[in-house]
Parts: sequence; structure tokens; C-alpha cells
Amino acid sequence: MKLETHAVTKHYGAHAALDGASFATGDEARVIALLGPSGGGKSTLLRVLGSLLVPDDGYASIDARTLPHDEEGALNERRGNGFVFQGYNLFPHLTALQNITLPLREVHGMAETQATQRALELLHRLGLEGHEYKRPSQLSGGQQQRAAIARALAPKPRLLLLDEPTSALDPVMTGEVLDVIRELAEAGQSIILATHEISFARKVADWVVFLVGGKVQESSSAADFFTRPQTELARQYLEGLSKYR
Amino acid sequence: MPVSNTRYALYVLVLFALAAAVFYAVFSAVAYPWNWSGVWKYREQFCYGWLGTMGLSLVAMVVSVAFGFLLMLGRRAPWLPVRMFCGSVVELVRGSPLLVQLLIGHYIIAQALHIDQPLFTGIILLGCFEGAYLAEIFRGAVESISASQLEAARAVGFSKAQTYRYVIIPQALRRALPGTTGQLVSLIKDSSLLSVIGIEELVQKVKIMNAANFAPLEGYLPLAAAYLVVTLPLSHLARRLEGRFAYET
Repeated sequence: MKLETHAVTKHYGAHAALDGASFATGDEARVIALLGPSGGGKSTLLRVLGSLLVPDDGYASIDARTLPHDEEGALNERRGNGFVFQGYNLFPHLTALQNITLPLREVHGMAETQATQRALELLHRLGLEGHEYKRPSQLSGGQQQRAAIARALAPKPRLLLLDEPTSALDPVMTGEVLDVIRELAEAGQSIILATHEISFARKVADWVVFLVGGKVQESSSAADFFTRPQTELARQYLEGLSKYR
Repeated sequence: MPVSNTRYALYVLVLFALAAAVFYAVFSAVAYPWNWSGVWKYREQFCYGWLGTMGLSLVAMVVSVAFGFLLMLGRRAPWLPVRMFCGSVVELVRGSPLLVQLLIGHYIIAQALHIDQPLFTGIILLGCFEGAYLAEIFRGAVESISASQLEAARAVGFSKAQTYRYVIIPQALRRALPGTTGQLVSLIKDSSLLSVIGIEELVQKVKIMNAANFAPLEGYLPLAAAYLVVTLPLSHLARRLEGRFAYET
């Protein structure tokens, strides 16, 4: 998969979250990590790549196919993607199982029994046996995030997008969730991951996009980025983060 | 700290006795010549009036919920003139007395439209009046759904209509419930004003009864009780429902 953006700009009021961000990955990138300090534009870029946000200016493309900017086209694009957020964002009025089956039935037109079967299979694979009928408020943070990953995976998305999926979790739960993501990466799932877990990114990512101040400072293979960062900013970032781990 | 049932019952008893004592003291102080026999004679008319009030309130509730929902959608519409129109309707209806709306609605607007059905006009006017309040209750509930929930709905691929149906409305319903029930209780009480356009509901019946008996006040005590019989259980039901929908967000 080749991801590309050309001079992407996205404003929130007067603040430019992305300020002319351009990059291109190699043709065979499959697990792409978006790295950089907080406020650098990782989350916004992730949303643009997943068609959850439409840029004010510029465009993004996947395998040379430009992502649509109209509402209808963006919706169709989103339906082929799976999203996982920092705050889990499960629907609080539905059980873990219903959180997964509802979009399967209503968005992807699956029959009730098939949807339930698919949801149970995923919940069990992600270690949530016995929690199928609990509401999100009855689950721990790690369990909620795994349920959210199950919801994202259920329609077999082309692309799984994870926005700082472990930033709200304690170290034990972080480990649980990272194990799941690594298994997915090793099983061949295409992933875009915005994260601060630098050592995890080093293990699973094959391409790194490094953002500061809404601009892409560096876009290179993971091997190059972690061993020979090209910019001073990236060097400082890597040093700062690896100080205590 | 939980209070035992016996202690709870004791408090109820004491408060009831106190209220009764105050009530008795006030009424005996004015030395009003009570005449209950007239009220008893008109018990059937009283019951018809009560049924009339409940019936028209029920229909007006349906009208008010539908009207309130439409106004709420209108205030969130993408097209500015629609938002302005619905916002103005809400402000005008909420800002002026129901009495005035009933008189103008019945004697001017309904006449102009050649509608000669006071009951129909009354129900529509009452429904619109309460609906304007409900619109604001609904809007508050819908707007309290967090941006992250809306983003999650977009992320799983829901269309706008699906987002309303599966994400916003189920969660907003629970938040709107206490306010909505309170408004429906108000609606039942406000229906008493429909007597001014000649609808024979409970208040009108009691006015007739009082006049026929030369007993200006007697009818109003059972009248108050007849409203409380419905409004108190309704409030109780609202609290029960709140509990049922109370999951953490």
C-alpha cells in the first residue's frame, strides 16, 4: 500500500492542525506509524487518511487513488475502514456484542445470525469471553479498547486506523492492547497507527511519518527512521522518548 | 445513609398530620360555610369532565411530542431560514401566555380558516404550546451527546439518519426523560385553560357545578385531587424510568 498526501491543510478555527503536510510512503508500506509530539497533527492526519475528515486544502491518496472530498464519497470510503480511538468511543447504551453487530447489520447489510457469529468470534479471539453482554461501563479500559478493536475489525476493513489506542490505559492494559495490535500486524492487516509508544512502533511499523507543527518533517522506512533520523527534530524526539525506557 | 421502611412510614405520617393540621387551621379561620351535598350530586358530571381532560391531554401529548421533535430538528437544520423560522416559533410560543394564544388561535386564526371545532383547535394549540418547550428539552438532550460519540458513529459508517436513530436518539431519550415528563405534567394542568374557549373539560364542569349549587369553592378541592391522582403517579413513573435508563456514559 502506498499512502500519499499533497499539501494537506486542515484548520480548527484559526489553528492549523495540518499546515501543508506532504509525504509519500514506499509502495509496500503496510504498518505505518504516525509519530511526533502532541499537537503535531498525528490525529488529524490519521482522520484525513481514513476519510473521517476532509482537508480544507490539498488531497490524500491511497495506491494512487485520490480520496473523495464529497460527503457521499467520504462515507463510502469510511465504510471500508476500521477506526479505534484513544477514548474507546463505544456506544454506552449497547452491550459489547451489540456495539459490533449493529454496524455489521445496518451498514454492511449482514444478517443478524451471521453478525452475531462474527462478533462472538472476534470477542473471543480478543480475550473477551464472558463479557459479551456487558455494557462499556462494566468493562475495564483495556477490555473496552479490545471491544473497540473488535468493532473496527468486524467488517474486515481494508485499513485499520488507530489513534493513540493506549494513551488512556495503565501499563498492564497497554500491554494487553499492544499484544492484540501486534498480532493483527503480523497476520497481515494494513494499519495506520498514531502513537507515543515508540518501542512498540519500532517493533511493528515498517514505515514512519514524523510530524511536528502540522508539517511532515520526515517520512522514511522504520529501519531508517529509528537508526538514522534525518532531521534534528526527529533526533531530539527519539532521544527524549527513549530516556526512561 | 439508607432509611428503614418503618422510619420512612413514620416520617410520611408525621408530615401528613402536620399538613392536615395546617389545612384545618386555615379553613376553620375563615369560617367558610361548606356545602358538600351539591358536589356529590354532580359526581357523574365531574367524572365526565375528568375523562374529557385526560382524553384531550393524551391527544395533546402526542401532538406536543411530534411538534417538539419537528421543531428540534428544524433548529438543527442545515438551512439557515429553517433554523430562524423554528427558533422564532419556539421563542414566540414560549414567550407569550397560553391564554392569549388560545383566544387569538380560537377567535381569529381558527375563524379565518373556517374551523369550527373548539376541541380540535384547543388540542392543537395546547400541543403546540407544550411542544415549543419540549423542543428545547429535546435540543438540550441531543446537543449533550458528546462529539466523540458522533465521531464514533461516523467512524462505523453510519449515515446521518442512522446516527440519529441508533446513537443520538437512544442516548438523548434518557437525558430528555425527566424534563419531558415534567412538561407532560404541566400539559395536564395547562389543559384547564381550555375552558376559556368553551371546551367542557374538568374545570369547565366544576365551574358549572359551583354555579348551579351557589357553592363557589367546594368543587375546586376535588378538582385539585383529580389532577393530582394523575400527575403524582406520572412523576413517580418518570423517576422509575430514569433509573432504568441510568447507565454510565
